[in-house]
Amino acid sequence: MTVGLFIPCYINQLYPQVGKATLEVLEKLNVDIVYPSGQTCCGQPMANSGYEGESIGACLNLVENFKDFDYIVTPSGSCAYHVKQHYDIVEQTDEVVKVRNNVYELCDFIVNVLKKKDLGARFPHKVGVHKSCHGLRGLRLGSCSEVAGESFSFIEDLLKEVDGVELMPLTRKDECCGFGGTFAVTEEAVSVKMGKDRIQDHLNSGVEVVTATDTSCLMHLEGLITRNKHPLKVMHVAEILNSTIK
Amino acid sequence: MEHSVAASIFNKNEAKVNWHDKALWFVRHKRDLSAHTVKGWERLRELGSAIKAHTLSNLDNYLVEFEKNALKNGVQVHWAANGEEHNRIVHSILKEHRAKKVVKSKSMLTEECHLNPYLEADNIEVIDTDLGERIVQLAKEPPSHIVLPAIHKNKEEVDALFQEHLGTKPCNGDPQYLTNEARKHLREKFIEADVAITGVNFAIAETGAVVVCTNEGNADMGAHLAPVHIACMGVEKLIPKQEHLGVFLRLLARSATGQPITTYSSHFKKPREGAKMHIVIVDNGRAEQLSRPDFRASLHCIRCGACMNTCPIYRRSGGHSYNATIPGPIGSILSPGKDLKKYSSLPFASTLCGSCSDVCPVKIDIHKQLYKWRQIITKETPQPAMKKMSMKFMGRMFSNPKQYQKIGRAGRWALRNLPKVIINSRPNVWGKERDLPKGPKESFDDWYKKRNKNGK
Repeated sequence: MTVGLFIPCYINQLYPQVGKATLEVLEKLNVDIVYPSGQTCCGQPMANSGYEGESIGACLNLVENFKDFDYIVTPSGSCAYHVKQHYDIVEQTDEVVKVRNNVYELCDFIVNVLKKKDLGARFPHKVGVHKSCHGLRGLRLGSCSEVAGESFSFIEDLLKEVDGVELMPLTRKDECCGFGGTFAVTEEAVSVKMGKDRIQDHLNSGVEVVTATDTSCLMHLEGLITRNKHPLKVMHVAEILNSTIK
Repeated sequence: MEHSVAASIFNKNEAKVNWHDKALWFVRHKRDLSAHTVKGWERLRELGSAIKAHTLSNLDNYLVEFEKNALKNGVQVHWAANGEEHNRIVHSILKEHRAKKVVKSKSMLTEECHLNPYLEADNIEVIDTDLGERIVQLAKEPPSHIVLPAIHKNKEEVDALFQEHLGTKPCNGDPQYLTNEARKHLREKFIEADVAITGVNFAIAETGAVVVCTNEGNADMGAHLAPVHIACMGVEKLIPKQEHLGVFLRLLARSATGQPITTYSSHFKKPREGAKMHIVIVDNGRAEQLSRPDFRASLHCIRCGACMNTCPIYRRSGGHSYNATIPGPIGSILSPGKDLKKYSSLPFASTLCGSCSDVCPVKIDIHKQLYKWRQIITKETPQPAMKKMSMKFMGRMFSNPKQYQKIGRAGRWALRNLPKVIINSRPNVWGKERDLPKGPKESFDDWYKKRNKNGK
C-alpha cells in the first residue's frame, strides 16, 4: 500500500509544522508515505467563490500528482471533501474517479483504514475540539448535533487515547467558526463575530489548546486569539497525535 | 444593499447580536431535544422529502385533482400566475363582498405578493393577526423570520410600539400585559372583519381540503367569524393524501419551535353554512424553479424556519440583512431564482457549513444549492473586476507548481519581514480584527526536499 501525502496549500506555505507532524505520525504507523512535490491546491478557494472554472487547472494537477497512489491522505477534512464532492467538473476518467474515492482526511484514515486508535502519544493539556464543518457534515467524520442517532467522532476516538489529554465540554459542540474561505473577508463582520463566539466557548470551558482536523479554521481562530491576547493555543490534531510518540 | 453591508451594520450593536443569536439558538436547541426523542426521526425526514419529491414530479395531476375536489366541496378555486394576479383576484373577491376590513393570519405568500400595500391603496384595512406579524406591521417593517416574524425586536421595543399604536400604558416590557392588550385589540378586529385571509401549510389533493397550522388560533378566529374566507397558497403546498399529513405535522412544529405539534392544526374543507370559501393557487416563479433540476428540491420547503434558527450567519446578521421575503438559508436558494442580480449576494452569505441541510425536515440540500447558485451568479451577473482578476490569477498559479512555490516564498517573506502596520493596512480586510500567521522561512515543500537530500 503506497500512500500519497496531500499537504493543502495554506499548510504548505504557512503551517509547515502541521505537514511535518502528519508525515511523522504516518511514518511512525509504518505507512509507506510519499509527498509528491508537484502538488499545489485542491481548487477550493476558486470553486467556493463561484469560479469553479478557474479551479480546473488545480484539480487536474492534483489528480496528476496522486493518480498512482492506493490512498491519498491529507490533514484537512475540507480539502478531502472538496475533492470528493466537487471534482465532478472535470472529465470522470478512471484516474479522477480513483483519486476521488481514495482521498482521506487524516483521522478518518487512521481510524478506518489503519484501524488504529492508540498512537502512544502524550499531551497533558485541556483540549477543546473544534469540529470543522466540511469534515463533520461533508465527510461525516463524526455525528453532528442536528442529526438523530448514535454519537461518534473519529478525532475524539484518537484524542481519547492520547495520554494526558482532557477533552473539555463545549456549549455548542459543532458550530461553525466562521472562516468559510473568502467568506472570512467578504463577510468580515459576521465571520469575526462567529470566531469570537467560538473562542469564548472554549475559554469558558477552561480549554488550553483548541484542536481540529482543519488548519483553516484554526488560522481564523488563531488570528483572533493572538490579536486579542487570549490565553489559548491552537494546534492541528496531527501535532497532538505526534507529541512524544513512544 | 448587499448582505455583508447590512450584516456589518447589524453587528455594530454586539449586545443585540448576542441576544438575537442566543434567542434563536435556544429554539434550535429545543428542536434538537424534541426531534431526537422521536423514534425514527431521520426516517420521517426521508419520508417527508420523498413525498414532496413525488408530489412535485406529478404536480400537474395533483393540482387538477385538488381543484376538482375543492370545487366538489363548494369552494371557489382561483389560479394566479404571479403576485400581481394573486392580488387582483383577492381584491376582486373583496370588492364583490364590499369588504373594507380584512383580518389575515400568517401567510408568507401574501408577504411575497405584497398584498397588504395593494389592498391598502384601495382603503381596505388589513390587520395581521399573528402577534409577531402584528408587531412588525405596526412597526412598518417586514418580518425578519418566517415563523418568528418579530424576533429582532425585544419586549421593551414592543412596549414602546404598543404605547404609540394601541395606547397601552408603559409596562417595562411586561410580556403578560402586552400580550393581553394585543389580544383585546385583535379580538375587536376579528369581530369587525368582513373577510378573513389565511395562508395554507398543506393542501390535500385527495380531499380538496387545506390545513393551517398556528399557535395562536388566529386562523380559526378569522375564518370562523368572517362571512368570507380566502386561503392563499403556493402550488408547492400540495400533498397527495390525507394520510401523508401526519408525516408533515410531526416534522413541522418540532423543526420550527421544538413543540410536538402546533397548538392548532386547522382543517378547512368546505365553507360553513351561509359563508363563502375561496382558495387562490399561486405560481409566482415556482414552475420556473421546478424546471431547474439543481434547485427543484428548494420547493420541498414546509416553512419551518429551522434553517434560520441553526444558521450561524442568520443568527448574527438578522433576517432583514437578507432583504428578501424569505430570509436565511432557504431564502438564499429561493430568491436568486426570482431575481438573480438583486439577490446575488445571498448565496455568498454562508460558510457552506451544511447545518441547514442537516436540520431541514424535508432534507433540502441547501448548502449544495448555495454552492451551485454561486457558480451561476459569477457567470451571469456583473462581478467586481478585482474578484475576477484574483480568481484568474489564483487559478493560473495553482495550475503551475513552480509558480505556486515562487509566489508562496514571496508571500512568506512579506509576512515575515513587513511591519504589522503595513500587513494589516486597509486592503487586507482579514487584518482588521485578526492577525495573520508569521511567514515561516521554509515551506513544507522546502523542508521535505531538504530532508530527502539528507538521506531520510
